[in-house]
Amino acid sequence: MSQSRSVSATVLGSHLGLVYAFLYIPILVLILLSFNKSGLPTAWGGVSLKWYTALAHNTAILSAALNTLIVALSATLIACVLGTFLALGIELRRKGNDKGQVVDTLLMAPMIIPDIVLAIALLSFFNLLKVGLGLHSIIISHAVFNIAFVCAVVRTRLKHFDYSILEASIDLGASWFTTLRRVLLPVIFPGVLAGGLLSFTLSVDEFIIAFFNSGSGQASTTLPMQIYAMIRFGVTPEINALATLVMLVSITALLASQRLNKAPRTHE
Amino acid sequence: MNNSSAVLILDKVSKSYGNGLAVNEVSLSIRENEFFALLGPSGCGKTTLLRMLAGFETPSGGCIYLDGNDISPLPANKRPLNLMFQSYALFPNMTVRKNIAYGLEMERLPESEIRRRVDEVLNTAQLGELAERKPDQLSGGQRQRVALARALVKRPRVLLLDEPLGALDKKLREKMQLELKRLQHESGITFIIVTHDQEEALVMSDRMAVLDGGKVCQCGSPTELYENPNSRFVANFIGVSNLLEGVRSGPHSVRVNGHELSVETDAPSVSGQSVAVVVRPERLQVLTEQGGDCANQVSGKIVEIAYHGLDTNLHVQTPLSDKPLIVRVPSSQFEFAHFAIDTTIRLGWQARHARVLTR
Repeated sequence: MSQSRSVSATVLGSHLGLVYAFLYIPILVLILLSFNKSGLPTAWGGVSLKWYTALAHNTAILSAALNTLIVALSATLIACVLGTFLALGIELRRKGNDKGQVVDTLLMAPMIIPDIVLAIALLSFFNLLKVGLGLHSIIISHAVFNIAFVCAVVRTRLKHFDYSILEASIDLGASWFTTLRRVLLPVIFPGVLAGGLLSFTLSVDEFIIAFFNSGSGQASTTLPMQIYAMIRFGVTPEINALATLVMLVSITALLASQRLNKAPRTHE
Repeated sequence: MNNSSAVLILDKVSKSYGNGLAVNEVSLSIRENEFFALLGPSGCGKTTLLRMLAGFETPSGGCIYLDGNDISPLPANKRPLNLMFQSYALFPNMTVRKNIAYGLEMERLPESEIRRRVDEVLNTAQLGELAERKPDQLSGGQRQRVALARALVKRPRVLLLDEPLGALDKKLREKMQLELKRLQHESGITFIIVTHDQEEALVMSDRMAVLDGGKVCQCGSPTELYENPNSRFVANFIGVSNLLEGVRSGPHSVRVNGHELSVETDAPSVSGQSVAVVVRPERLQVLTEQGGDCANQVSGKIVEIAYHGLDTNLHVQTPLSDKPLIVRVPSSQFEFAHFAIDTTIRLGWQARHARVLTR
């Protein structure tokens, strides 16, 4: 009995190990190569930071990084404001009961629709409105799917929300605006921040939608687009270094988001 | 009713949802400095009524007068009434002190006065040491005290309490019942409490109204409602009752299952009317020998003995009804050897202890 148990534990354990290896070994290789002095994927020439130094002197990459930062921050800001009020509007109306599945599905759509479809749709939309393409169109495009993510995260937060505290605030003489400012927003703020970090992460490495809606020229090239352009001439160690940095930013934001989004401690 | 001392008057207040009436033409007059209980089973409309007083629901009909002024058009944040929520509804992002100060800050009082009044309330509610804690660091009883302090510090004309003790365990609840009564007395503020717990209402309130199906069944002091219920519903809802269904057979008699019972009642005698005779368990006596001064007597078999510590309830099956009669005997007078299940005993009660209910 105990033997068969330990056998199955071993099998399951090694299976888990293999899956993790499959997932993470390519990333580990990438990180290692970014420190490879020789610059060749086949030969290890010792540890060096020279590819990172090279990055810092590549103006194309730096301007792309700046563009990405502008896009991600702006789209996140728009998404946080609109997504939060969207979530509040829906949940305050509904107060816990689960009617209105159609609204839910419609809200989720930008998260689920294939990026390529959303990209083409937005491009057609901008053409129709005769809006020129550039950083602003990427920002608006990113805001579209980011709103859905922020809204989803904030709504999760609101599921645990005790709505009577809003009435308590009114009962104690506060106006709706004061209640929003002093009670509602502070209580759901961790959720908003979590949604914001998530949408920032998504925005930083989004390629397809940005690629379709950027127009031409270096002025509206984001980091993923820059990497794509560089990679057409082969994977350089510089790209490995860049990818490592992007991953670091993404993982940090994602971990912070998850930590913030843990359900608030509930009273028993 | 003496309206001159009434703080709050409800005049035919109704609330309808869709086709149903949650509150149906409720008229009540609540006096200055009174502890008033709204009692009823869940769904009787008591919470809706309270929320209309607080301003969170708009009546579909009727008026609510506070000190003679119709407050129906006033929004919740402009009414000099405060509500203590069942869930306490403390602000999780603020300390105890901030929670209590919130209502005073909304009145834009000077900071020194806010500080003084908050300190004062923290003291009365024995929350001094907890002032800098957040609500999630408090026990249920402490949270309850903070919620109460937060409402009281505003010195409302009327404090509304929605099932304030519902979330506490039995021991703490009994302690807080007396505590609430003391606070009400000391503050001189009128309290209106909503509860489904009849014992709570009996212990705490000066007067109470029993609600059922959105209507007031009966309103009066706890003693009045307990001793003189006006309907089967009230008799059943408050305390334990022995209800005997029968037919009125004379000015002082009711026939129950072929037995003539004598009663004293003011209810007009309508021969042949279906009525119920109600006798409280503590009014039933166990007769040791024949006779005694009891006008009504009946024999029965003990089917169950429920020991409650202070007293013991005997369930006695009699020919008067299908349900056994419940007799409350003080445990100190209870000789266990004499009473065992299946023993036949004789019960009696006086005519003046039986009430006749027509509704």
